[in-house]
Amino acid sequence: MSEIIAGAEALPITIRGATKTYGLVSALDNVDLDIRSGEFMTLLGPSGSGKTTLLMVLAGFTRPDHGSVRFGEREIVRTPPHKRDVGMVFQSYALFPHMTVEANVAFPLKLRGVSKADMAVRVERALETVQLGGYGGRRIDQLSGGQRQRVALARAIVFEPRILLMDEPLSALDKKLREQMQIELRRLHDKLGITTVYVTHDQREALTMSDRIAVINHGRVMQLGTPEQIYERPANRFVADFIGESTFLPVTISDGTARFGDMPLKVARMPEATGEMLLMLRPERLQLIANGASGVFETCSDMNSFKGIVRETVYQGDSFLMYTALDDGTEISLRGMTRRNSFANLPTAGDEIQLGLHCEDTVLISAKES
Amino acid sequence: MNWWKRPVSETQITNGGRLWLYVLAWLVMLFLLAPTVIVIPMSFSESQYLEFPPRVWSLRWYEHYLESPEWIQATFTSLKAGLLTMLVATPIGVMAAYGLFVSKLRAASLIFLILVTPIMVPVILVAIGVFYVYVQVSLVNTLPGLVLAHSILAIPLVVIVVSSALKSYDMNQEMAARSLGASRLRAFMVITLPQIRFSVITAALLSFLTSFDEVIVAMFVSGGENSTLTRNMFNALRDQIDPTIAAISTIMIVVSTSLLVLAQLFGKSDKAE
Amino acid sequence: MSEAVLKNFAAGSAQQPNRAELKRDASRERLVLFGLCSPALLLVLVIMVLPVGWLFWLSFLGDDGSFTLEHYQRMVESKSYARIFRNTFEVSLLTTGICILAGYPLAYFLSQLPRRMANLCLITVLLPFWTSLLVRTYAWLVLLQRKGLINEWAMDIGLWDEPVKLVHNLTGTLIGMVHIMLPFLILPVYGSMRAINRDYLKAAANLGASPTQAFWQVFLPLSLPGLFAGALIVFVLCLGFFVTPAVLGGGKVVMVSMRIATNIELFFNWGAASALGVVLLLMTLAILGAATKLLRFDQLLGGGHGS
Repeated sequence: MSEIIAGAEALPITIRGATKTYGLVSALDNVDLDIRSGEFMTLLGPSGSGKTTLLMVLAGFTRPDHGSVRFGEREIVRTPPHKRDVGMVFQSYALFPHMTVEANVAFPLKLRGVSKADMAVRVERALETVQLGGYGGRRIDQLSGGQRQRVALARAIVFEPRILLMDEPLSALDKKLREQMQIELRRLHDKLGITTVYVTHDQREALTMSDRIAVINHGRVMQLGTPEQIYERPANRFVADFIGESTFLPVTISDGTARFGDMPLKVARMPEATGEMLLMLRPERLQLIANGASGVFETCSDMNSFKGIVRETVYQGDSFLMYTALDDGTEISLRGMTRRNSFANLPTAGDEIQLGLHCEDTVLISAKES
Repeated sequence: MNWWKRPVSETQITNGGRLWLYVLAWLVMLFLLAPTVIVIPMSFSESQYLEFPPRVWSLRWYEHYLESPEWIQATFTSLKAGLLTMLVATPIGVMAAYGLFVSKLRAASLIFLILVTPIMVPVILVAIGVFYVYVQVSLVNTLPGLVLAHSILAIPLVVIVVSSALKSYDMNQEMAARSLGASRLRAFMVITLPQIRFSVITAALLSFLTSFDEVIVAMFVSGGENSTLTRNMFNALRDQIDPTIAAISTIMIVVSTSLLVLAQLFGKSDKAE
Repeated sequence: MSEAVLKNFAAGSAQQPNRAELKRDASRERLVLFGLCSPALLLVLVIMVLPVGWLFWLSFLGDDGSFTLEHYQRMVESKSYARIFRNTFEVSLLTTGICILAGYPLAYFLSQLPRRMANLCLITVLLPFWTSLLVRTYAWLVLLQRKGLINEWAMDIGLWDEPVKLVHNLTGTLIGMVHIMLPFLILPVYGSMRAINRDYLKAAANLGASPTQAFWQVFLPLSLPGLFAGALIVFVLCLGFFVTPAVLGGGKVVMVSMRIATNIELFFNWGAASALGVVLLLMTLAILGAATKLLRFDQLLGGGHGS
């Protein structure tokens, strides 16, 4: 079995000052971004955030008002799309229905003047790389969604581009297939070593597949970092809100101490700012410290504790959510796994409990959106 | 359950309850179809008075048509004009439809409107206007003049048909082709055009028919040697009912029907049913 | 970010270094795409817009070449012109009305059939549509004449005793025009009927509507845009119609377009003809304009540009 292997070295991408306005709307607002050679970079954001616009700028289908885009050393912002030599996978796959699988995949090679014999070999290699070896003779309408996705992929890599762009390629697939393809795409990326820019609105997908994530909103990069950095230490409220589930509690910092209402908080990484801030509470980071009825479970000097009354507990199969009302009325939720021991002593509605948050998990972010 | 009582709609109306609708519908369909169909056997009638059904069958009027130099000349003129109109209007119209569809010009709506005006303006106006201009530039009674005039009548149809086809076409494919290395022109020729070709063919056939069937502009702008078939027919109709026209009509019906069948066959394959 | 890369972008470089060039690229691309439209635009402007504009100007030209309103004046004052306009409107309204009464039920019938059957029956609508207008007019001429089929059969089955004058009058004209115009009404109405989501009718039935009520309160309103479009097309076409009334009207039914033609052919009176033409055009545009307020233009023609 022969597959495509990493060819020439992958290219880094450098974006400087990319701006695109449509009337009064700013689709891209002076974006600066560096994508390392061979990196898997995800552009993550809600619809209308500008992530697709940025991808289209890289592909050459959207011309920015001004700005620079470099692939390696080469300035390509004025290069037409058909001369950019990037592979692209579209959300709708955009396979040519009037051609066979083989003709589709051979298309870029034909345009590049590859000899017929060479073409056949390279097409088959590309198909085998996406586990569709031997499917060359099929028509597009004979393929399933997952197979079409792979053909689109094969077509995008057959000419061995050094940059690969993907526009929400998995959004049309069902959950199970999608999760499977996420892993396969990542493995393919690792094998080929191409610089990949991936657009999605699904944060789980971004966290699973990426080397780094650029969270985008209103045409600006809200935060750039590894999945862990994005998740554990969001830079601002938008990122904190968009990634994972969180509740925010108002917190004030004065004289070097952070306070929630009257209660001082133990914070492992105290931010430099002062004044109004937000405490980001992730449901899975909260722990049940004490249940008024059945006593104390665990405690530790590094924990912040919150007193409250249980409102309801919702069973969700692999985990449960416990909604608790704090003294001041705010409702927060705790997510726990439904393992025997954590499930066993679950409080019921009306119980007075104490929830704990480790100082390492106590993350403070600015109250402003960005 | 017998046919009468079978419910046939979402609101569970029965066939019996709808009988009046069926009768009316069939009557209208008969009304639409009958005249055209009846002309065909009538043209084989021996008598001057075009009986139906013909008492004596004969090819007399066809012979008369084929032996008449004026009619034959006119037929060739119409055919030439039709073909040329098709060859002029179709590429120009396809280009315009594509250009409008792909460009993000703010003026695109306005341009579309302008291109479509020829079918909105009463034909008589177009006819006398064109006639007036042609007199000044000596284009009256010439084939090129006629073809130009017919082309503008055909262009709106081409633009509308092709625009509609492009609307239901996935432009992402052109983008994909361009990302893979094809220039805009190449992407259009290799990817888009093959997939809209059935609409283009329909548009071409419509252009041909627009010219072939056209009466009013031809009346003013074609004449003498370049008189079209329709012009001669119209003049003949105003004078007396020449039975030769029945023969010519039958031929025209056959031509139209064949083109319609062609267009239907091609047209269906284009859209996803 | 890489230090080396940052250094490449010297602090002194302008805030928007390549705005002008990118703008030029965009303009060039727009020009090329506009270029694709230009042959068609040129043709239409030169062969149609210009001549019609010329006519406009002609209508204000007197015999001696000076600016005059006499053609328009004559139109307003003359009774025969008033009659012609009245005739034209009458015929157009009647034709449109009959087309709606005959065409709507047929369209409804077709929309209820399964696709295959419907496409087959649609041929009865498409065949006349594709057949030459002249041929159809001629067919009616032959059918409706004194010794024609209709009279013969009617007398055979005893409908009437003497041949009735069915042609060279308003009756013949109407019959011919309805025949020509019916497909123009049926096709848009059929299209909009097919597009009606069947679930609406199911919902109506579920909520308690009888079949008749469901039709009048749900189906009919939803089919109105197509009906409106079809009726509009028919009416506008009738206003400007020439061939059929000329042949089947026998001189008794004079429409505006016919008068324009005779003004040129017989009287060489370009002033009068163009004045009439201008009025006809303005009426047509006014009606279309009013209709556009009620219905988006794109829906009328099914065209328009995509994104």
